[in-house]
Amino acid sequence: MAEVQRGFDEDESLDHALMVDGNAVAGLLYEIFAMEVTTGEAECVSCGKRAEIGSLLAFTQAPGVVLRCPRCENIVMRIVQTAEAIYLDARGVTYLRLDNLSRG
Amino acid sequence: MERTLAWQIATVTAIRPETARVKSFTLTLPNWVEQRAGQHYDVRLTAPDGYQAQRSYSVASEPERRGEIELTVERLEDGEVSTYMHDVLVVGDQIEVRGPIGGYFVWQAHLGGPLLLVAGGSGIVPLMAMLRHRAAIGSDVRTRLLFSSRTISDVIYSDELSRLTAEDNGKLEIFHTLTRAQPPSWSGYSRRIDRQMLTEVVAPLGPAPKTYVCGPTLLVESVANNLVQIGLDPAHVKTERFGPTGGVPRGG
Repeated sequence: MAEVQRGFDEDESLDHALMVDGNAVAGLLYEIFAMEVTTGEAECVSCGKRAEIGSLLAFTQAPGVVLRCPRCENIVMRIVQTAEAIYLDARGVTYLRLDNLSRG
Repeated sequence: MERTLAWQIATVTAIRPETARVKSFTLTLPNWVEQRAGQHYDVRLTAPDGYQAQRSYSVASEPERRGEIELTVERLEDGEVSTYMHDVLVVGDQIEVRGPIGGYFVWQAHLGGPLLLVAGGSGIVPLMAMLRHRAAIGSDVRTRLLFSSRTISDVIYSDELSRLTAEDNGKLEIFHTLTRAQPPSWSGYSRRIDRQMLTEVVAPLGPAPKTYVCGPTLLVESVANNLVQIGLDPAHVKTERFGPTGGVPRGG
């Protein structure tokens, strides 16, 4: 989802160019939730924006995945995969709303 | 309900060059599940030492094509997966995939229109699935595609896009812009997508077209911001960013 409020300064331009959408990590999210969640909704702890999970800003050029709010860029979720486990840090989420119909 | 996201072994049944840097791969799947136009598949490669590389690629084919999918992949010089697919994979080979994934960036005919599609380079791929779906079911949803490529020889699906327009009843219009070089007597746009261009393409669609923007991140960001500034509702503007260029990167 487009947002006009965001702006990036020079230092952020590289990360900015590498940014993708929450939709791009749909497979990883499926591994965690065992369902399609990109059409579900996450409310940002920081600014209260409710955004479709597919529309979160995704930073994937790192050992883990960082999902940020498309309005305030606060970190919403962090996901790290190791050989043994998946770690999910979701402290940036007030709540998730996942559609029953997307289970399948 | 059936869990659709298990890894499965697909067989490559056709490889077709689209441009010098882009190929389409037809994959036959043992457990094909009908995808929605705009969804993607994950492709996973495993080296003999166990190292794995994984990328997501949008499905290019329409859901009406049963039992197989087509992935259109741009070769990235430093890409671990795209270079393998371009340089090593041949018809008859097998490759590990899972999908379809991603319900966010999808269009189905029942969602209606009018439809505004904006693509940069290989960002055309999920939008092509939408156009093929639209044609396959005979939808007459008014649709405009604005497609940015570097040069005329970089235009992916060039012939098919012309044919889709010719065979449509005037409800599908395609606008090309070539940003780096233009052939003689080029009648399309000759610059990067800007607000003026978007205004011209969007205006006839009214205030609330269903909008899908896909391409390199900076193009998508610029287009999405401009669309909102010319009055489109952000809730109707869906984006799929490819990162710096080419396929969708992901961690892991």
